[in-house]
Amino acid sequence: MQTNHPQTGVTTAQNHLPQVQEPRNPGTDLDMDWVASVQANTSAIERRAATLPGRRSVKKEFQAAWLLKAITCIDLTTLAGDDTPGRVRRLCAKAANPVRADILEALGVSGIHTGAICVYHEMVATAVDALHGTGIPVAAVSTGFPAGLSPFALRVAEIEESVKAGAEEIDIVISRRHVLTGNWQALYDEMRAFRAAAGNAHVKAILATGELATLRNVARASLICMMGGADFIKTSTGKESVNATLPVTLVMIRAIRDYHEATGFRVGYKPAGGISKAKDALTYLALIKEELGNRWLQPDLFRFGASSLLGDIERQLEHHVTGRYSASYRHAAG
Amino acid sequence: MNVSEIFETMDYGPAPEAAGEALAWLVDGGDKFGLFIDGDFTKPGKTFPSRNPATGETLALLTQAREKDIDLAVAAARKAQPKWARLSGHARAKYIYALARLVQKHARLFAVLESLDNGKPIRESRDIDIPLVARHFYYHAGMAQLAEAEMPNTEPLGVCGQIIPWNFPLLMLSWKIAPALAMGNTVVLKPAEYTSLTALLFAQICQEAGLPKGVVNIVTGDGAVGEMIVNHPDINKIAFTGSTAVGRRIRQATAGSGKSLTLELGGKSPYIVFDDADIDSAVEGLVDAIWFNQGQVCCAGSRLLVQEGIAERFYAKLKARMDGMRIGDPLDKCIDVGALVDPVQLKTITDLVDKHGGDGEVYQPATPLPENGCFYPPTLITGLQTSSVLMQEEIFGPVLVATTFRTPAEAVELANNTRYGLAATLWSENVNLALDVAPKLVAGVVWVNATNLFDAAAGFGGNRESGFGREGGWEGLQAYTKRKITTKPLKQIAPQPGSEKTEVDGLDRTAKLFVGGKQARPDGGYSAPVWSRRGDLLGHAPISNRKDVRNAVEAARGAKGWANMSGHQRAQILYYIGENLSARADEFADRIHDLTGGQRKTAVAEVETAISRLFTYAAWADKLDGAAKSVPIRGVALAMNEPVGVIGAFCPDDAPLLGLISVAAPAIAMGNRIVAVASQPFPLAATDFYQVLETSDLPGGVVNILTGDHNELAPHLAGHADVDALWLFSSSDLSAVIEHESAGNLKRTWVNNARTRDWMSPTSEGREFLAHATEVKTIWVPYGE
Repeated sequence: MQTNHPQTGVTTAQNHLPQVQEPRNPGTDLDMDWVASVQANTSAIERRAATLPGRRSVKKEFQAAWLLKAITCIDLTTLAGDDTPGRVRRLCAKAANPVRADILEALGVSGIHTGAICVYHEMVATAVDALHGTGIPVAAVSTGFPAGLSPFALRVAEIEESVKAGAEEIDIVISRRHVLTGNWQALYDEMRAFRAAAGNAHVKAILATGELATLRNVARASLICMMGGADFIKTSTGKESVNATLPVTLVMIRAIRDYHEATGFRVGYKPAGGISKAKDALTYLALIKEELGNRWLQPDLFRFGASSLLGDIERQLEHHVTGRYSASYRHAAG
Repeated sequence: MNVSEIFETMDYGPAPEAAGEALAWLVDGGDKFGLFIDGDFTKPGKTFPSRNPATGETLALLTQAREKDIDLAVAAARKAQPKWARLSGHARAKYIYALARLVQKHARLFAVLESLDNGKPIRESRDIDIPLVARHFYYHAGMAQLAEAEMPNTEPLGVCGQIIPWNFPLLMLSWKIAPALAMGNTVVLKPAEYTSLTALLFAQICQEAGLPKGVVNIVTGDGAVGEMIVNHPDINKIAFTGSTAVGRRIRQATAGSGKSLTLELGGKSPYIVFDDADIDSAVEGLVDAIWFNQGQVCCAGSRLLVQEGIAERFYAKLKARMDGMRIGDPLDKCIDVGALVDPVQLKTITDLVDKHGGDGEVYQPATPLPENGCFYPPTLITGLQTSSVLMQEEIFGPVLVATTFRTPAEAVELANNTRYGLAATLWSENVNLALDVAPKLVAGVVWVNATNLFDAAAGFGGNRESGFGREGGWEGLQAYTKRKITTKPLKQIAPQPGSEKTEVDGLDRTAKLFVGGKQARPDGGYSAPVWSRRGDLLGHAPISNRKDVRNAVEAARGAKGWANMSGHQRAQILYYIGENLSARADEFADRIHDLTGGQRKTAVAEVETAISRLFTYAAWADKLDGAAKSVPIRGVALAMNEPVGVIGAFCPDDAPLLGLISVAAPAIAMGNRIVAVASQPFPLAATDFYQVLETSDLPGGVVNILTGDHNELAPHLAGHADVDALWLFSSSDLSAVIEHESAGNLKRTWVNNARTRDWMSPTSEGREFLAHATEVKTIWVPYGE
């Protein structure tokens, strides 16, 4: 299936990706009964999260395959004030060639690249250009990222600008104040507006869970963003003091599961911030597999927002191939 | 599969834990083990195989202990005990601390050996069993350290025979050995025949810790060895964890032997999900409740009660969760359900489900089982009624049965509709509902929004046919200590001899029974004369029969409101009884004097002591505080002192008023109802006393008084299934009858073992009585938002 973006004429991201495509989540009406009925028992959720790494473990070639899968789900990210076109081009090159060729060859695999590149709006055009022909989409953080407190009209306009610049995925930030004050209607309306502004670009709704105070709020905000048409829900900007955690993940993916059960639409999940070890990535994948099933272990429904995770995975893969522990300088810098 | 194929399937693949070290340990032991007696291993005798249930392979040959081995083990324990008890608490603490450290040092060896032997997933033995074992020894090292200062007036029981099950082999060993040793006892322990290997490794670390010879003895073998321990005349205490059927036999076998007994038996524990619960977490909790250790857990949440409105959705989510469970090699780190312990268990479970599963709808995931070994799939049976066999009988396997309820009251009713009373789980996000329901559940342990949480600091144990006694915490130490009190051999107290004179002086008064707050004539219509010290006819006392027992128990059961009254309210009534008794003190003193003879001042002192004792328990009524246990979770484990329920008591014969009050007052102060059988030779003080009760605002049925022949009534009261505990202070030697008959519903007993105590002494009141009048319920409440 080939579709062209209405504004840019650019072939959209999903067409490049090998996996089965899902119909986009169109959202639903705001169902406050459902939102109000949501429960999240913190200590039980923490226990589940704490015991999972002890319950699931992947070894040897299974571990290698899972780590490769993790790479294909990484939104390789740079969101720094000192980003320059040169820096972004280097990162894009890394996204297209994330693992040393000899290692991939030894593993018997090819065609591995990251899920996306994630940058600020100003870097979108550079990234789109650098990634031309790779099939890797560009994601832009948007809507006054990371705090989301710039004028509403500007936030909406920012989405439109990024889409125009070629971003095929837009990572929006929600207004945390709407959650903390229980103004669910406002949160829903905001999400609806952002989704509309994004057009055919996929929208990832960043909840900034580290600022939502309770898991119940996380669960409610997750549901409302899905009702508002989010294609993905995402934990964090990476700028909060607490970013992705397993308990938060559990709450969000259970909300995704319920939403799928109720509507038939699959919404994607993106944990972001703080996931820097290969072992952590395996735990996340196992949690997704356990709670949502294998279908969600594909880059159209799962992404890691991470900058340093790839480096650790590369080292683990080399260890798998050679039997010797690796060093970071042996792998190309991102 | 190669990497690119796995990249597509995203399967887990095998993740085996290496068994090399554990197998090497078995080889080092010659794959053949003797018994651990007096600090050394004996040469292997007649052996039986210990098998790996996941493969059927023989792991080692173990010795079937003989009678004379048990004699040697008990003799070694007996010899070691006085010296062990005389050691300072600190010295014992150091040994127990060393055991804790050694368990930790060999943690993985213990874990792998346990999984090989038992079939439980390595995750559980590694992350749950063995850490809890170490924790239990640490905790009780501390108890040894503190005992001298904190538990004055207590002493060890002596030699303890301990018989443990196969579901948590090393953990149950630690629950038995750690408190026994801490309190100065020595032990002869028999692990289950299926799973003795970690106990033998533990014997080895006892040597490494330099534990004095004979303090711990470990004997292996089948149930016959257990029987030898149970029946051994030189053992002071039996502690048993296992099936209710065997527990009942042990109760009967030890009846009248003077052995202390604690039993931790079976269960059919309810798992209640209210409609405001976090459903996903409650579903996940079931994985830990009924599929933990393949469901071979006495406190498994095996009876699912779901509020009707959410049942369909809950079952759907549960089935989806079951589909994701992994079944297989216990040593695989990625396995949820391992092997059942033995082909015998597999057959029992299979037969039960095959025979009765059709009462409901059976769901089993399509996950393939390993071709060999004792594997049974996680199973859910919905649509069962309370009358279904599977709803009532303990299955002891990975089989969850389910039904629905409409209201919180109905949830409590269904939860308690069982012969068992070990544990209960409830899920609700409403703190009011949760904290209202938890105390109403008949169970020794209640978990709120969690399940199967254990810790050495928190008591564990059951009610009803789940046994009696607690393990863990301060309350657990009661099972391994006794109060230092002076007792004398029991001497039958005879009534005053009669005379020719058959007329009562003055107006004839009719003494009756006191049942349900009313005076009642005896069902049989017979009375017996009661004579004074001078040979005068004082009156007639009713002769109660089994129907009077029935009526009294029914009245006591009916007076359940008493348990819900505040301690302050109960205190006021106890004070008032004291006040009213005081107003008639002279009359009672005369009555006692007439009945018992002796000096009048003794009778006066008895009345005064009785009034004081009423005040003591009035004082205690609102002061026997529970505790918030220091457990390693974010949350609290509340130890609540709850009334036992309906207590039957044979009152002391020698002190006709004080004896009655000494047993009735602590019982009712704690919220129990009592059926008290009055002093057999001197019943009229008790029948006078009901007039005091009648004027003291005591609700009907709280105290019921029978008179008559203790021998005649003992089997009926002790055998009554609706009596929760039985106390025996009669001067008739009835300990054997009482303990034997109590086995029917496994009620708690407190018998005098043919000894008598001084009822005038301050040692005959206080905490010892209160402990017998209460059950400690541990309510775990994790919190956090």
